Amino acid sequence: MSHASGRHGVTTPRLEMDRIIDDRRTRIIVCCGSGGVGKTTAAAAIGLRAAERGRQTCVLTVDPARRLAQSMGLTSLDNTPRPVDGVDGTSGGSLHAMMLDMKRTFDEIVEAHADPDRAAQILANPFYQSLSSSFAGTQEYMAMEKLGQLRRAEEWDLIVVDTPPSRNALDFLDAPQRLGRFLDGRLIRVLASPVKAGRPYMKMLNAGLSMMTGALTKLLGAQVLKDAQTFITAFDTMFGGFRERAESTYRLLQAPGTSFLVVAAPEPDALREASYFVERLDEERMPLAGLILNRVHRSPAARLSAARSLAAAETLEVMPNGTGAADGAPRYTLAAAALRLHAERMNLSGREQRVAGAFTSAHPTVPVAEVVALPVDVHDLAGLRYIGESLANQSQAGSRAPLR
Amino acid sequence: MTARDTDWDGVRLHVVTGKGGTGKTTVAAALALALAGRGRKVLLIEVEGRQGIARLFDSPPLPYEERKIAIGLGGPEGPRVSGGPGGDVYALAVDPEGALLDYLEMFYNLRRTGKALTRLGVVDFATTIAPGLSDVLVTGKATEATRRRQKGVHVYDNVVMDAPPTGRISRFLNVSTEVSGLAKVGPIRTHADTVARVIRSPQTAVHFVATLEEMPVQETLDGIAELRAMTEIQVGGIMINMVRPAMLGPDDLQAATDEAELATALKAAGVNGDSALPRDLAAELAGHARHVELQDRERCELTAAGQPSYELPMITDGIDLAGLYRLAAELRNQGAA
Repeated sequence: MSHASGRHGVTTPRLEMDRIIDDRRTRIIVCCGSGGVGKTTAAAAIGLRAAERGRQTCVLTVDPARRLAQSMGLTSLDNTPRPVDGVDGTSGGSLHAMMLDMKRTFDEIVEAHADPDRAAQILANPFYQSLSSSFAGTQEYMAMEKLGQLRRAEEWDLIVVDTPPSRNALDFLDAPQRLGRFLDGRLIRVLASPVKAGRPYMKMLNAGLSMMTGALTKLLGAQVLKDAQTFITAFDTMFGGFRERAESTYRLLQAPGTSFLVVAAPEPDALREASYFVERLDEERMPLAGLILNRVHRSPAARLSAARSLAAAETLEVMPNGTGAADGAPRYTLAAAALRLHAERMNLSGREQRVAGAFTSAHPTVPVAEVVALPVDVHDLAGLRYIGESLANQSQAGSRAPLR
Repeated sequence: MTARDTDWDGVRLHVVTGKGGTGKTTVAAALALALAGRGRKVLLIEVEGRQGIARLFDSPPLPYEERKIAIGLGGPEGPRVSGGPGGDVYALAVDPEGALLDYLEMFYNLRRTGKALTRLGVVDFATTIAPGLSDVLVTGKATEATRRRQKGVHVYDNVVMDAPPTGRISRFLNVSTEVSGLAKVGPIRTHADTVARVIRSPQTAVHFVATLEEMPVQETLDGIAELRAMTEIQVGGIMINMVRPAMLGPDDLQAATDEAELATALKAAGVNGDSALPRDLAAELAGHARHVELQDRERCELTAAGQPSYELPMITDGIDLAGLYRLAAELRNQGAA
């Protein structure tokens, strides 16, 4: 019996990875999903495969595992794409990779949009420093900003990006708008120019405002408020620029050359998040290419069911000592344990398929690609290449587990 | 008297962090259950607005309000002694906005002003422009609950905080420094200093949840190093989560991949007619052996950190309340609570 097509009898379309990366119209691939599901590895594997199939590829990564970063030659966070060694360039492709430095990206925007004096003033402000280094959405915003920059540079014909490990996988979609909304907000406006609030309709608001500024001063101290006002005044000229950039990045994500891949592990939490993500991308009219179901457990001996394996183990365990057991130990102890292990593996695989089945039933049109769980972590190009291959060769899913 | 020693006697605020996907919330909840022995009251706090606790306990979304969510693990001695039912576990989902209103009310009696501030977007202001401020408000709520007394007695024996992930934990806990960059004087600064005193006292310990994989282990070690660099913050235990029982030792595993042996055994058990099966089973075992080897290596790296560690089994059928109690019992039996 086959487990490859067992998802509640529904035929799930297969994700055709090579079709996506070979299509020259594909200019951006965004790998998103909740934390700990292998987004970075997937992005790197796709980037490598695309490069070796002839694309000029750049992988933008946000928070790679140390050894994975090293495997791509990323030793420092210098915000510049670096060529990756060891890539097979016989098809004419190339691979660059970079790690995002969010503060530097933010600083560069400030420097690009303000005159030198003002830029220096902003960069030195404690509020700017806090905002640029630890605002919960800054990393997401800057990842998208960098993506826009790389895209506009036209040096690469394919950019693969993984999204930051946010508490919420959608933060990178929301953060630019949130930051824009905040920088555009009514409060920040009046804080920036309290003296200009002389118009009649402002009177009502003014009463509330003085109460509010009073409370804020009480809460934060007068210096904080003053710093904030300085910051906002200095930043004022840049608001328009920020909003514009956020909007153009957003449009870039909606454009036909962009493909979103949702990465998930076959676990309830990750797939719940993936479901939510798929729905949200649809609402935002962002082009979803499919789901990568990562770290799926498969058995090369799947035709021996858990029940039969367990029964065989029990049979062996109660069997009297056979011939050849010189030390008197039951002859089949090891084999029985092996069969129990197999049964456990089959149960795990069955559970994963049930969980995945719930997703595909809810989203029957979303193409799916599975990547089997490797017994060891990926931290070299060979490992990435292997993942890229198994992403592309989905017809073989379920037939063989990796024998690396 | 319950004269049972645990590894964390004297710790009242347990901060639980971990990389995404390692089961941080699950372990925090299990720890709360384990701490809530008979007659004890424990508060479980979540700070990231994901309603993970509600989902875990199969309850409707938690409001900003301390609510009883479960009964602790029975008996001070855990399942080994029939000690009667456990104490109460309360839960609270803290958000910066609610924490700010609380703060204004508690210290200035300014709740109504606070609501007006919320409408005007001041809270957005405070939490967006200066995340350090929002962290201080959130951790402030946890330390307030830890210190809260009624008639001279602590209201909660323990507070367990499901904290932000490892990558953000040192910044999150370093409230005083984060805020001092922004506010050199003023009440919020004073508040931050009070919070920092609790966090940097022996009353608080920061536990790390990890799984036996490369990245979670690396992040745990990095996180521990970062916290150690911030002296005075007590690094707690390492909770190794989702451990699969090793059914065979390394040597046995090697031996078990003998195809001829497997073939004989399968025949003896009556599984016939598939000549390739022994080979495929052996391949599966070989993969498993490599995985076990990797796990052992990661385990060694974790133990080299020199913190007490606890192993929690993989709960295979999804975490439900029974699974949580099982993990709680493990934590208690291993001395974490």
